[in-house]
Amino acid sequence: MAKVISAKINGILLRVEEGTTILEAAKRVQIKIPTLCKHPDLPASAACGICIVKNKGSNKLLRSCCTPLEEGMDITTHDPEIVEIRRTVIELILSNHPNDCLKCARNNQCELQNLTADFGIKEESFPQLLRNLPIDQSTKAVDLDPKKCILCGRCVHVCQESQDVWALSFLERGMQTRISPAGDIQLSDSPCVKCGQCAAHCPTGAFVEQDNTAQVWKALQDPDKYCVVQIAPAVRVSIGEAFGYVGKNFTKKLYALLRRLGFHAVFDTSFGADVTIMEEASEFEERLLHGLRPLPLITSCCPSWVDFMEKFYTDMIDHFSSCKSPHEILGVLSKTYYAEKNKIDPSKIFMASIMPCTSKKYEITRNDEMFASGFQDIDTVLCTRELVRMIKQAGIDFESLPEEECDSILGEYAGAGVIFGSTGGVMEAALRTAHYFVTGKELKNVEFENVRGIKGVKETEIEIDGKKLRIAVAHGLGNVEYILNKVREAKVNNKEMPYHFIEVMACPGGCVGGGGQPYMVTDELRIKRALALYEDDDEKKIRCSHQNPYIKRLYKEFLGKPLSERSEKLLHAHYKARPIYVK
Amino acid sequence: MYAKTVLIKDTDTTREDKTREAYTRLLDCLREDNLHDHVQVVRVSDIGIYEHGLVLKIYPDNITYANVQESGLKRIADSIRDSKVLEEFVFKPKARQLRLVLRNCGKINPESIDEYFASEGYLGLKKAISDLGQQKLIDEIKLSSIRGRGGAGYPTWLKWNFAREVKADQKFVICNADEGDPGAYMDRSILEGDPHSVIEGLSIAAFAIGASKGYFYVRAEYPLAVERINKAIKQAYDHGLLGKNILGSPFSLDLEIRLGAGAFVCGEETALISSIEGKRGTPHPRPPYPSVKGLWGKPTVINNVETLANIPQIVLKGGKWFSKIGTQTSKGTKVFAVTGKVKNSGLVEIAMGATLREIVMDICGGTLSGKPIKAVQTGGPSGGVIPQDLLDTPVDYENLQKLGSIMGSGGMIVMDEDDCMVDIPKFYLGFCVEESCGKCAPCRIGGFQMLNYLKKISEGKGEISDLPQLKRISQAMQKASLCGLGQTASNPVLSTLKYFEAEYKEHILNKHCPAGKCSHLITYNIIEEKCKRCGICFTNCPVNAIVGDKEKGYSVIQEKCIKCGRCFDVCKFKAILRK
Repeated sequence: MAKVISAKINGILLRVEEGTTILEAAKRVQIKIPTLCKHPDLPASAACGICIVKNKGSNKLLRSCCTPLEEGMDITTHDPEIVEIRRTVIELILSNHPNDCLKCARNNQCELQNLTADFGIKEESFPQLLRNLPIDQSTKAVDLDPKKCILCGRCVHVCQESQDVWALSFLERGMQTRISPAGDIQLSDSPCVKCGQCAAHCPTGAFVEQDNTAQVWKALQDPDKYCVVQIAPAVRVSIGEAFGYVGKNFTKKLYALLRRLGFHAVFDTSFGADVTIMEEASEFEERLLHGLRPLPLITSCCPSWVDFMEKFYTDMIDHFSSCKSPHEILGVLSKTYYAEKNKIDPSKIFMASIMPCTSKKYEITRNDEMFASGFQDIDTVLCTRELVRMIKQAGIDFESLPEEECDSILGEYAGAGVIFGSTGGVMEAALRTAHYFVTGKELKNVEFENVRGIKGVKETEIEIDGKKLRIAVAHGLGNVEYILNKVREAKVNNKEMPYHFIEVMACPGGCVGGGGQPYMVTDELRIKRALALYEDDDEKKIRCSHQNPYIKRLYKEFLGKPLSERSEKLLHAHYKARPIYVK
Repeated sequence: MYAKTVLIKDTDTTREDKTREAYTRLLDCLREDNLHDHVQVVRVSDIGIYEHGLVLKIYPDNITYANVQESGLKRIADSIRDSKVLEEFVFKPKARQLRLVLRNCGKINPESIDEYFASEGYLGLKKAISDLGQQKLIDEIKLSSIRGRGGAGYPTWLKWNFAREVKADQKFVICNADEGDPGAYMDRSILEGDPHSVIEGLSIAAFAIGASKGYFYVRAEYPLAVERINKAIKQAYDHGLLGKNILGSPFSLDLEIRLGAGAFVCGEETALISSIEGKRGTPHPRPPYPSVKGLWGKPTVINNVETLANIPQIVLKGGKWFSKIGTQTSKGTKVFAVTGKVKNSGLVEIAMGATLREIVMDICGGTLSGKPIKAVQTGGPSGGVIPQDLLDTPVDYENLQKLGSIMGSGGMIVMDEDDCMVDIPKFYLGFCVEESCGKCAPCRIGGFQMLNYLKKISEGKGEISDLPQLKRISQAMQKASLCGLGQTASNPVLSTLKYFEAEYKEHILNKHCPAGKCSHLITYNIIEEKCKRCGICFTNCPVNAIVGDKEKGYSVIQEKCIKCGRCFDVCKFKAILRK
């Protein structure tokens, strides 16, 4: 048990565990100390200087984000002097930030803008000092506009420490300091894996998703196009946040919404996830029983994780499931199976994916296999934030929409498909089906509690047919090293593999915490979003992918069986090393 | 064995080749007198006297010669042969300094551990290990009341005690030799002149806290210091004073040098740690303090060179002895690097409590120009300007702070009437803006904005409303910056605003720089009555802004003039009017 200390904040006596920062402690007594650089996900970087407070008897001001409350402290968080200093610091930051808020992607959602409003700053107190720095749009997923950067350091910390990618760093010093990939190269030439966690954590508009809404509007207005759309599991439980609902599932309103926007058919990525499971569970069964390819099997539905592996863990290529990600599968099926069945010219189909993810924008053209239908399988990807903008542009009262069903036959999903959106979900869904494939028997209890939850690395053992299987689940790329080092060690020493099956999701929390999701995500929010997905699963009559009648029909009518020749051609991909820092 | 040792240094320059020339010449003279096997000649980098031409010290006679011409070297060689003293060269210091830290500088050969042994070298370490033990050692340091000489003046014993009390499998000590204040070179001189005293001090610190590994963090711009520390470390290893089981005790210590790339902010403890760890040198929030969680997360004590150089003497002579020197709150001595408009510039070591006037007038001989002193700047870019009427203030940490300056690491710049009180803070702030790591907003943007205001004022574009803006940003920087650099960067501005506000207003309201420094605010004109039409201004003007000939006389084309002041300087007849 941590020691408890008592101190005063604004005269209120409180007791907190030793080590609690003044900022955190103040929250507990309903005091909000403003800050621009501290994010609940991240340790304090102490960059902005706004969260300063006074301690009685000391001349110096303390930064509340990084100073622990100590026994006997008497803290003042707000007085005229403190507020004046905060205002000066904000005004200084504003003097180094373009004031084109009206045209900024973060307009109305910007932490700097909010503080400016809170402090009633209405004029420029100091001369504008703007830097002329180019925008980096090279990734096709996340854009970096260094002019808007306030150097809070959140993105750098997320990229280096949480994600272990090290694409971003500080360059130069003093007023020349800026965020950039090391060596001042473009993001696309850097280790960047497009996960978008920089954008999710950026307080301003320095990092934003590349906006593809115009492309979608254009397609929707094109009479020649047959527009179809799919929504990812994680989107349905986060979109409500834009309208004030937290942890609420909006699946059926989303279906209705997308039809109102003008899409001809509305599909659900969870159905693609069911197909992924059929293929991936079969792959696992094959590796486990026939050993043609090595174990552990590693999931591959996260494009940032695939990109990361192709850059840093190329020795794991053999272990990667060749199965495409659910939205790619749904894309290729919509332009083959669905087109065939409904007698639509596949060249006219425009497929938009609504994803919690910025990396999917990159994935859709990552190699030739993303054109398996003969066309680009997914025409464009919008992330949750972009869809919110479309809803508002279309003037649709989202909350009051009636509930609708999605379009058959690429729609109705099993519970297994929807939990893909949370860390551990792919593993759980795969185990439900793998168990059936290996043993021929259905599980009595389909819930694998040990792979659920927000812990960074989850390791557990399950039994299938008397066989003990070791499982590992990691989310947040920074957690991968621990697991894969164990695999590497076993490989080098020719020892038994530490795991049979590994799931990795690049973003903390899995897709619910994706880089394209609504801003200000915290662990608390990630958990709420995930719980809403597990509820959806719980309410489904059919919870295993292989039991989904539409899936059965798909295989019967079109694919044959998992890993069939047609499946391999349409639903599987290959990987190659993509070394970084080489031209 | 040599009968005599001669130390030699050209004190007019920091260039080694000048000393080397004289050194070679002296060796030749000694050879002519057949003395070369009896007299050892050592080139030193600091001899304790500055701007006195070639200086020689002869031991054991303890004779100091200054302003020696090259022709004098032969006579000196002869005088050594004849055991005579050449009165005409003998150096006569004006006031007494108290040299504790610099006790060996310019006295012993810094590359010889034997000479260091002969001046009580490593006896402090021996006493600490064999007689005192950790607790008593820290008690002695506490008794001495020595405070860190790096700038902030934190009690050294407290730092040590914190680190000692933390349980850890590994602890570190670091010598902060990242001296970066413009014009300051105290640490450099100590490291170049007496490296063993710092190694001994660092070893004692390591013993006190139980560290087994230590680093010298030295800026790469000090190659001779690095070379001397390297040599000294090797000698210490060879003598069993570093490495395993030092002096037969269980205490082991390894020392290593890490080079800093010259970033001023890396002198800040947490930035220094980042730099050693191979990361970007930016400060980090404290707590945790380095003494609890420092280098690689382990308890780490970081002491400044001058602090460490004091330690062996304190241990040897006792904390009580040390605590008798100095003032109530500040004990011991302080080394200052005095530069600017003084007759004798250089390093000065005085007991705390000596007044600024004693340093500037008695020791340094007042201004070179004979003009009255206007102000003294202490503490380098983090310090402030102290006007001449406050020069009788006794120097200690608290007094300087009360005046709006700081002790800092010991830079001291003396200014006379020709120095502009807008230009001086502009220079210092420019330094801090350049050296800001860019991490935290108040320092990064605030410093830059302030500098722009100062530039504006010095260019004659200032407005009276700029002054409250300067004060406002200063306050934000002082209170909201993360590290010392940002917190103190505005001190030169604030202190000049405090004591010389009229001069700022003169710039703003009358577009006039009283010191004639701010080039935008001055004009050069030729006074016809005084001009002898020699044409020297005409030939020296780099931009041909002076026109005319010896017949008609000369005049300045104001549009072309770049205000370099060349004409003013070269005119022998004072015929150039600067206004």
